[in-house]
Amino acid sequence: MQLRDLKTASRGEVSAAVAHSRREFLRAAAGVSAGSLFSFAPRVLRASALRPEPKAVVVTFGGGARDEETFAPEGQENIPNLVQMLFPQSTFFAQVVNKGILGHYVATASLATGVYETFNNFAAVSPHNPTVFEYFRKDLHRRANDAWVVAPSNGFNRIGESDHRAYGAGLGAGVILPKHLLASSMSAGATGYDHLLRDSYEAPFYTPELAGNEVEMQKLKDLLKLSVDDFSAHARSLASPDELSVYIARRLMREVAPSMLWITLHDIDIAHSGTYSMYVEGIRRSDRLCAEIWKAIESEPEYAGRTTMFILPDFGRDSDTDPGGNGFQHHRTGDPLSRTTWMMALGPGIRKGVVIDRPVESIDLVPTLGSLLGFQPRFAQGKALPEIA
Amino acid sequence: MSAMVPAQLTPESFHRYPPQGQKLCVEHLDLLRELPLILLPLLLREAIEYDWRFPAERSELDLQLAYLAGLSNTQRESVLDGFSHLTLSAEVAKSNWIETPSVFIEQLTTHLWATQQMDGFRAAAQAYAAAWQAANPQQQLEMQRLGIVVVGQGVAATDYPLFRKLRPKGVFFTRVSAPDGLRTLLASVSARASAHPLPFGHWYIDGGVAESIGSSVTTVSYAGLEPARTALLNRMQGVIESGSSGPEALRTLLAQVKPQDVGLPSDTDAAVLSHFQLSLLTEGSGTQIFSTTFAQWAAREALRRAQPATVLVRFAPRQRQQPMNELLSGKHSSNELDPEGSLIDADMAAYYTWLNQQRLAGADQAAFLAWFEDHNQVIAIGPSLPHGTVSSAPATLEQILTWIF
Repeated sequence: MQLRDLKTASRGEVSAAVAHSRREFLRAAAGVSAGSLFSFAPRVLRASALRPEPKAVVVTFGGGARDEETFAPEGQENIPNLVQMLFPQSTFFAQVVNKGILGHYVATASLATGVYETFNNFAAVSPHNPTVFEYFRKDLHRRANDAWVVAPSNGFNRIGESDHRAYGAGLGAGVILPKHLLASSMSAGATGYDHLLRDSYEAPFYTPELAGNEVEMQKLKDLLKLSVDDFSAHARSLASPDELSVYIARRLMREVAPSMLWITLHDIDIAHSGTYSMYVEGIRRSDRLCAEIWKAIESEPEYAGRTTMFILPDFGRDSDTDPGGNGFQHHRTGDPLSRTTWMMALGPGIRKGVVIDRPVESIDLVPTLGSLLGFQPRFAQGKALPEIA
Repeated sequence: MSAMVPAQLTPESFHRYPPQGQKLCVEHLDLLRELPLILLPLLLREAIEYDWRFPAERSELDLQLAYLAGLSNTQRESVLDGFSHLTLSAEVAKSNWIETPSVFIEQLTTHLWATQQMDGFRAAAQAYAAAWQAANPQQQLEMQRLGIVVVGQGVAATDYPLFRKLRPKGVFFTRVSAPDGLRTLLASVSARASAHPLPFGHWYIDGGVAESIGSSVTTVSYAGLEPARTALLNRMQGVIESGSSGPEALRTLLAQVKPQDVGLPSDTDAAVLSHFQLSLLTEGSGTQIFSTTFAQWAAREALRRAQPATVLVRFAPRQRQQPMNELLSGKHSSNELDPEGSLIDADMAAYYTWLNQQRLAGADQAAFLAWFEDHNQVIAIGPSLPHGTVSSAPATLEQILTWIF
């Protein structure tokens, strides 16, 4: 089935066609031989006894990107780093389906719990199921600074820790919201930054209540050895909030070296404003930042050779052909393309240049992380992916 | 308050509806009482706005109600079967779906997502739409539709590959002479409107300041709505600054705004267009801020709702989005424009306008043209033109307008 036939296809056919398209494109673009593709076998056993404790870095795009602008042939120009630099080193899941609510906070929370969370996307609430950070810290007896989240500020202040009674308080990850830090670092009375610091592209005029285990500026200063002046000065040299997030993440890696680091990028979601050029610009920036994060992993002694990185959008965006939507602008229709996305995994022991096109679910991430790092996500509903875990 | 069910509807239930909408509902009361609660508010959302809907929308609602009324109980149950399998929460069911169907639909949407019933709802809606469309084939227009999109105002030169998505559909002309191109296109639209006068049948949408085109063409412009946009943004800002805002509060606010509240005329003759223009600003995302988004969404909504025979959309440069470093350095200016980014926005919007035109009756006979303003590139799509062809032969816009049908 060709992508042009999607309008009349079933949901499963659409997802399969998308996976096929990505697979064919990657094979052509990256020059990987057919023989190395489409294999389905457990990953190569690692000599774990000789390895240091593993770490994981998860990068999500809170603002899905469609095939047309990424892994379809015409989107190739927007993701040169993902295609040419990262894919050849990765196992690529070409059909990752999100069956939950397509709102960024609740969807990212679902990624982090392994359960399709059902709370109001715009509510300032914690996930109801234990997060990956709680499983990681409780099962492995890790200190608080060993799990961190760097996220946009649209409600993500509570994503580090659930309200589950068996986990919850004190067991989660610290959360850094760089845009809020930036706002608090500005001199009193400074105005004109509303557009930059707004909290959500999905509901641009919504300002969520902030309460949770979000890190404040003073704590950050101690943690990252970063003065308010240095932070503000560096922010002035960066073009976007996602660049600021990656700057903070790199600083965390250098100064704290958490074993579990979760970074949610959000620039792509400018698509909700309806400006196609800005949406594509967000994709290109995310592509560049993913490469930057991977380079940091490879160059930081605490991370090099022991870190698995996952890259995945939280979900897709509406297709051009669904009359209920407006193409790239939103993710409201729940059509198959808005639910179908991809995931890239790379690191030690991960097979390189492999495309897995069987359908998997976005909630499979947490069990996979559990298998890789050695904790039991007992309430997660997804399944560990045998191709990498 | 206990939940009201459709069977409890009476003529008085619609006493707050505008006159024509009220009359419509009372006339179809027996039918409305029989419909599933999940579907009924979707129809009432149209009925409560009936007095300000376009002729095409009124006709569709009339036909839809007549279709449902004409089915036997068994047939209706079969057509609407998918809706009967969906469940509602008590809280949503208690919502005032008669007087505020839009609020009910917002709550229903949230509920369907949270309970993983959205796919079921989509399937039910698609099955119903398919059955209704099979029984009511779209009416053919007496004239072929024409869509025109003008992109690139203010761009002197670009290496952006224009019309990539549209080129496979028609002929890409690369040597078009159009010394007075905009005037040519406006005259073409005006002539069609004069030859085939239709209420809301011919549209001109401008992302900047509208050119003169005559009263027979419905005209909407971003610049013309500047006072309304400002008034609306001030209202929204007021709610935000009150500290009690959330998305729901803002949506409720926007649903309650009336044209006269933001300075749009509300007299009988202007009411339909004023309500449409207001909806562009209250229901569109980004339309209040970016002119390219406004023009694209206005064209989409005009095509979807009014189903016009002619649409001319002209894009203008939108304001530039300042990067973070410029904002922080205080060097930003809210009036700075981004012609090159706007060209890319408009290029995609041209494709979307074509897609939306193709969703209407007579798509196989429809004509479409997009022009890079003040340049010599045109993509032309029509029943007599080949697909995926490039023509480097000299041509004029006037010639292409004749070849296109």
